[in-house]
Amino acid sequence: MKEVVIVGAGVAGLSAAAELREQGWDGHLTIIGDETHRPYRRPPLSKDYLSPGIPESVAIPQADDLDATWLLGLPATGLDLDARTVLRGSSDPVRFDGLVIATGAHARQVPTNLRGIDGVLTLRGLDDADRLRAALTNDPAVLVVGAGFLGTELAATFRARGLPVTLVDRARLPMIRALGAELGSRVAELHETHRVHLKLGRNVRQLLGNGRVSHAHLDDGTAVRAELVVVATGSEPTTGWLLSSGLAITSGLLVDSSGVASPGIVAAGDVASLRHPLIPGSPVRIEHFANAAEQGTRAAQALLELKPRRPMPVPSFWSHFYHWRLQSVGFTGDSFAYQTVETGPGEQFVGEFRHDGRLVGAVANNNPAAIVKYRRRLQVEME
Amino acid sequence: MRVQVDRALCELHAQCVFIAPGVFSLTADDDLEYDETPAPGQHAAVRQAALACPAQAIRLLASL
Repeated sequence: MKEVVIVGAGVAGLSAAAELREQGWDGHLTIIGDETHRPYRRPPLSKDYLSPGIPESVAIPQADDLDATWLLGLPATGLDLDARTVLRGSSDPVRFDGLVIATGAHARQVPTNLRGIDGVLTLRGLDDADRLRAALTNDPAVLVVGAGFLGTELAATFRARGLPVTLVDRARLPMIRALGAELGSRVAELHETHRVHLKLGRNVRQLLGNGRVSHAHLDDGTAVRAELVVVATGSEPTTGWLLSSGLAITSGLLVDSSGVASPGIVAAGDVASLRHPLIPGSPVRIEHFANAAEQGTRAAQALLELKPRRPMPVPSFWSHFYHWRLQSVGFTGDSFAYQTVETGPGEQFVGEFRHDGRLVGAVANNNPAAIVKYRRRLQVEME
Repeated sequence: MRVQVDRALCELHAQCVFIAPGVFSLTADDDLEYDETPAPGQHAAVRQAALACPAQAIRLLASL
């Protein structure tokens, strides 16, 4: 295998590249990315990166040690499995022997009724974050649309800057998909304690303003001041470029347990969809930083036809908002039965998620030792 | 290899503990402790841990 192409210059792609070199593969490596940036950390973009002052760099330094050809600023537009090439619009196709697909996800489009007026932003990548920073300099009243992870973190970040914040979601509770109703209620209380105006079970009907947004009308008939609107309604896997490739797309690119989509083609990160031993049934995508890194490593090992060095990773996520330091392992959310099993000072807690009585996940606030313990337990369950 | 964790950046995600348990661990008081000079057999795992740290708190230096 002389030529490996990695499509996607995020953490999953970087992790795959690093593992190829770690294993001593010395062929020619090309990394294709649609952004102009080399790999960077996304998590700070909704938190510290939006604080006043000059933000710390989010670049990942390991990217510079790879001995790779970087083709940045142009997305892949197609995949020709017969010719074994990646198409890049009108630029030359790039030939590969082995391929790593790590194109991640992109923010869901701003709904039609919120377009056509200035002051409406989404946050997915570094360029978005820079635009958002610029929009914060005049201390706007902010409307955040979507109260999942991102919307919750953003609301907290904007409140820390002293901005008035309205948080709207059509669901009845924040983070209900990720955490379930009981914890979602606690997150709602936390927002209210920090004087976020919560509008749950609500939609934005229309934005008003003279060229630039100044107010939002909600479907309960109320109007809220909104000089900046941030739409945080989730993301979709970036698989459009693969639709005519012949690979199996099912909300994400389907891969087996070692990350293989097709001979000589592997995938990792937000784009990859896989059946996980902890959850029987439909394939899932695991959209968090640590998983991207772990999947990238496994995908590279599969490409080199090595047996995986470590067991299949247990999914995990973390989220920081206000004084909460939330971490989880395994599968969580409103599809499972939740129970708090431990509480401690400073709103510390540990809770379990079960499916038909079987432990599938755990969540903890300010208790990393509990997470380490549950991860080991879930790892054993998987064997 | 010398490992240095920047305590100001460390947020106790414990990904390093999952990826390189022979080098990183949590104490009873939820503090991170680690081997500053891991054995060669651990170096690959430590490099992966450094990459996977969401806070980029792990610095790897050449041995003296």
